[in-house]
Amino acid sequence: MKTLKSLAASVVLLTLSIAVAQAATLDTVKQRGHVQCGVNTGLPGFSFPDDRGKWSGLDVDVCRAIAAAVFGDAGNVKFTPLTAKERFTALQSGEIDVLSRNTTWTTTRDTSLGLNFAGVNYYDGQGFMVKKSLGVNSAKDLGGASVCIQAGTTTELNLADYFRSRNMKYTPITYDKAAETVAGFDAGRCDVLTSDQSQLYALRIQLKDPGGAIVLPEVISKEPLGPVVRQGDDQWFNVVKWSLFAMLEAEDMGVDSKNVDDMKANSKNPAVRRLLGLEGIGGKGLGLPNEWAYNIVKMVGNYAEAFDRNVGTGSKLNIARGINALWKDGGLQYAPPFR
Amino acid sequence: MTEKKPTAAAPSAPKTPIWNNPTFRSVAFQAIVLMSVAAFFVYIANNTLTNMAQRGIATGFGFLDLQAGFGILMSLIEYDETHTYGRTFFVGLFNTLLVSFLGIFFATLLGFIIGIGRLSRNWLIARVAAAYIEIFRNIPLLLQILFWYFAVLSALPSPRNSLSLLDLFFLNVRGLYLPAPQPEPAFTAVSVVFALGTISSFFVARWAHKRQDLTGQQFPVLLTVLGLIIGLPILVFAVTGFPLTWDMPRLQGFNFRGGLSVIPELVALLLALSIYTAAFIAEIVRAGILAVSHGQTEASFALGLRPTLTLRLVVIPQAFRVIIPPLTSQYLNLTKNSSLATAVGYPDLVAVWAGTTLNQTGQAVEIILMTMAVYLTISLVISMFMNWYNKKTALVER
Repeated sequence: MKTLKSLAASVVLLTLSIAVAQAATLDTVKQRGHVQCGVNTGLPGFSFPDDRGKWSGLDVDVCRAIAAAVFGDAGNVKFTPLTAKERFTALQSGEIDVLSRNTTWTTTRDTSLGLNFAGVNYYDGQGFMVKKSLGVNSAKDLGGASVCIQAGTTTELNLADYFRSRNMKYTPITYDKAAETVAGFDAGRCDVLTSDQSQLYALRIQLKDPGGAIVLPEVISKEPLGPVVRQGDDQWFNVVKWSLFAMLEAEDMGVDSKNVDDMKANSKNPAVRRLLGLEGIGGKGLGLPNEWAYNIVKMVGNYAEAFDRNVGTGSKLNIARGINALWKDGGLQYAPPFR
Repeated sequence: MTEKKPTAAAPSAPKTPIWNNPTFRSVAFQAIVLMSVAAFFVYIANNTLTNMAQRGIATGFGFLDLQAGFGILMSLIEYDETHTYGRTFFVGLFNTLLVSFLGIFFATLLGFIIGIGRLSRNWLIARVAAAYIEIFRNIPLLLQILFWYFAVLSALPSPRNSLSLLDLFFLNVRGLYLPAPQPEPAFTAVSVVFALGTISSFFVARWAHKRQDLTGQQFPVLLTVLGLIIGLPILVFAVTGFPLTWDMPRLQGFNFRGGLSVIPELVALLLALSIYTAAFIAEIVRAGILAVSHGQTEASFALGLRPTLTLRLVVIPQAFRVIIPPLTSQYLNLTKNSSLATAVGYPDLVAVWAGTTLNQTGQAVEIILMTMAVYLTISLVISMFMNWYNKKTALVER
């Protein structure tokens, strides 16, 4: 009878433990003391480790902004470099808290992977890079070409669509990592390297002869890239979403890392005062301290600063703001009002 | 009346409670263990499903019928973007089987040569073989794959400056291009004769072996078999008027079109896998040969057998008993190592199925389970075959 009883007890225990729910991400993060952020294994301008292992880039800055908002210290973040293939599983399994790895927002990813896209930190589009010596000036002339791509990306699908819709043949050569894709292109294994345009500029720097390659003018897809979180944790979703918005709003209000202290002390503009947590709801709804947005701007900077430093005119990539300018400057970046 | 037993005999043994009955106990405990194990797996499965449903992750195998929408570099079966995800599974599977099969073949060949070479009395051959083994088995396989891939790639010219042999074979950075045979209908006769020749050779060899056992008379098996397998089909080929045309590779636009092509990814992977595994096989072969006591060779010489016959009839059959079990492990290793293909972009099961398809559908649990099942099945099949062969060659004790 004893065995029977203990068996029954263990069955009950098993059933109970199934019902144990997941803890809220924000609480877990606060308890752990740092944000675990999934980034690219190495993409200049977006997430790239320097020779001392210090990460920098536009995607990395999103991670830092979240850490600044949660802890008041942009340094409380650890990075998990992920390949395109690994990224969603890492997020789903809880290995990382947020995925900030130039990831395109699509229906399938948003609805069937158990993930939520928290916004767009870079509006991109897929393009082609070829060697100048090939003598090709338009993507329309690429019929029959061998194309190097990175595995597990929307790029793979867009490429297939583009060639199929134009009745052109191509040979895909699919690599795991950006580094191998570049090496394959460099060695002449493929005629064309295709990726999001921003990445093409970034990868071109890594070529043996960057001047010998050109990016073709055609953009064949929409690639809104942004941070991703697990579905079903709205509080954490809000934290990530609004951390990104805070950087945009700060640019909109003209607040940057240099003048933020001055603004905090002297600004009479209610919108700025609300952003910096001096008026209004502050961080109450997010479960964060009132100065969360101030911390982001102070420690990471506004969107314009992050853009210039990592991919814009202040960087090697030298990409123009283009559609990534604020809405009022003719771009697509727009933050909902802080009130 | 006689059937009736004395009533005193019935309660002869005092009634024991059922849980003290040894038979019941052993059955019950095994049942409990089995149930707990089953309950554990049910719990894991249930937990996974519940959690995935909670997080809104799609489950089930419905995705197999959806259109894949991405291209694959190399496929042994017909495939393009409009085929399904289910199809990509088979594309990857066949590519894995191809590279494993070829790898096992070349590794065995090379391994036996190096292993025997290591035992050679020729100083140079023995040292070269030893150096080969020590170098290649001590460098991580992934590095070797990358080395061969990028070494091969950088050494070869662009398609427009291809190396060519007689304008039939072309070698460039995109691969090796060969003329592809295009059989005409009459070619079927040749294939049929070839098949018949192969089957009959088998019987001829068996018959000759039996005859030699019985009468001691030898039969020129090799010549007969060569005639049956090669001579006869060639004869039929000539008689039917050479019903075969060749599809020549031609430079068209960026690349060569037509003909057969061998992609450099396959070459690099195959080179690395074969060379790496051959180093281990060589040591296994050496160990196997050394395990046969020298007395056997001496006895064989005493009987007047020549060295080649001694090796073939006395040493190698006995060495095989020692060689087969570790050789099986090497074959299994090679097959599993082929999953490193993903590093150089060879579209094997892990790259296509557990890579791109997994990422496009996001159904990690289903896909990884299927992938694991595939590798398990392949390994078990190889293992079964080698065990069967081992049993066949094992020492029969009388």
